[in-house]
This record gives sequence, structure tokens and C-alpha cells, in this order.
Amino acid sequence: MTLEKLIFYVLAAVIIAAAMMVVTRRNPVHSALFLILAFVACSGVWMLAEAEFLAIVLVLVYVGAVMVLFLFVLMMLDIDIAVLRAGFIKMLPLGVIMAIAMAAELILIVGPGNFGLEQYAAPVRHAADYSNTEEIGSVLYTVYMYPFEIAAVILLVAIIAAIGLTMRKRPDTKYLDPASQVLVKRDDRVRMVSMDAEKG
Amino acid sequence: MIALSDYLILGAILFAISIAGIFINRKNVIVLLMCVELMLLAVNINFVAFSHFLGDSAGQVFVFFILTVAAAEAAIGLAILVVLFRSKQSINVEDMDALKG
Repeated sequence: MTLEKLIFYVLAAVIIAAAMMVVTRRNPVHSALFLILAFVACSGVWMLAEAEFLAIVLVLVYVGAVMVLFLFVLMMLDIDIAVLRAGFIKMLPLGVIMAIAMAAELILIVGPGNFGLEQYAAPVRHAADYSNTEEIGSVLYTVYMYPFEIAAVILLVAIIAAIGLTMRKRPDTKYLDPASQVLVKRDDRVRMVSMDAEKG
Repeated sequence: MIALSDYLILGAILFAISIAGIFINRKNVIVLLMCVELMLLAVNINFVAFSHFLGDSAGQVFVFFILTVAAAEAAIGLAILVVLFRSKQSINVEDMDALKG
């Protein structure tokens, strides 16, 4: 067994063990932390498949942004875990049977018989100075220009939707409307009273 | 050498685990969202593996777009979750029956 293969199997075992922990842990915070472990191990697997740019993006975007968002929301919400865990044992056999049946069917199709080294020979490794980022960039900004722009718009929509959904008016806060403050005239605030001078 | 089938089997097992996760955690919305993320990861592993073995960078570009959409989905999903928790004080799927006839 080559070192490359050993690294792949160790990373694959870490991914699968972490995924198991994600779906079985009692505490959702633990699930989120194991999901981070799965993502980091997966970026190692992508590194082996010479997708260096995506491996870095997975760590930066997923671990750095999406999972931090998950943890933020998890810790902000006061979740009653006991209620959410009711029925866990009841559904466990069905879930395990489904998973095993599905994995067995998929492995029958994508197993070594159809996608082994005889059918798809391992590609020749690129030279050490080969840049995966450059290759992706050269097609992303030419062939996939419009999808790239649409992806940017989707992200903008996500930003606006997330802000718009979570923003709310709170009547109890002492909030001043700057527009109405600017519109105030002198007559709204000052009342001139003419009265006789005091005689003393 | 690592065969293409090794990557595909890893993706298949990961996908099956996340299917089981959706079954057994069917009350907790936030773990359901995490299972969806795991599914997308399994699909992405397949894309990267095929891209590597077929020598076509289109697969990697597709993974890039999937990551974009998944990030947007997670942001909006969690925002909906926060709004839901504010109004119902719970993230239990069974409490979401406002549209029930």
C-alpha cells in the first residue's frame, strides 16, 4: 500500500466517523463541531485529487463562514434538546436500514467493477509548478462568466434575504427617526407668547 | 494508486449516512440542515473525483457553484430558523403546523 493510499483511507475513515457522530450526537453543538472535522478531512481528500483551490475554499468558506454561522445560531437559540430527541430510538432502525440499503445499492453501481482502475486509469500527476487555481480561473472568467455573475447575484440575494428576514421593529426601544428629525421646522418646537412685562 | 471507485464509494457512504441522519433527527431543524450540508459534500466529492480522473476542470467549476449556492442556502435557512424560533420558541419540526388545514 502506497503512502498516498494510506492517507486517503485514513482521511476517508475520519470523514465517515465524523459524519456518524454528526447524525447521532445528542448535543447539536457537538454535531456542528464534528461536521467541521468532516469538512477539514474532506479538504484533505480533495487535495489528493489535485483540487487544491477547492480544498482551500472548502476550509475558508465552509469551516470559516458557514459553520461559524451554524454555531452562532446554535448558541443563540435556547433549544430544549430532550424534546427534540424524543423518537430518536424509534426511528433509528429504519434510518440504519435505509442507509445500509442505499449504500449497498450505490456501491454495487460505483464499485470497483464499474469504476475501478481498469476502466478509469489513474491520471498522471501534474508537475510541481502546476497551478490548479490558474486553471480554474482561466475557465471561470471566460467560459463560465455568466454563471459566475449569476452566482454573485445569488449571494447578494442571500445577504438581503437574511437581513430582511431577521430584521424587526421593536416598539420598546427609544429609537429616533432621523428623517422626521430633519424635517422639524422652528414653528413645531417654539411657541412665541406675547405677554406684558412685569411691573416691579 | 487511488481508484475512482474509492472516491465514489466514500461519497456514497457519506450520502447514505446523511439520509439516515435525516430519518433519525427528523425533529431538529438545525441538524437536518447539517445533514443537507453533508449530502452536498458527498456530491461534491463525486464531482471532484470525476474532474480529476477525466481531466476536465468543468467538474471543479461546478463544485465552486454548488459551494456558492450551499452558502446562500445555509444563510437563508438559518435566518428562517431564527425568525421561527422567535415566534414559536422552538425549532421542533412538529410545532410547524401553521399551514395545516
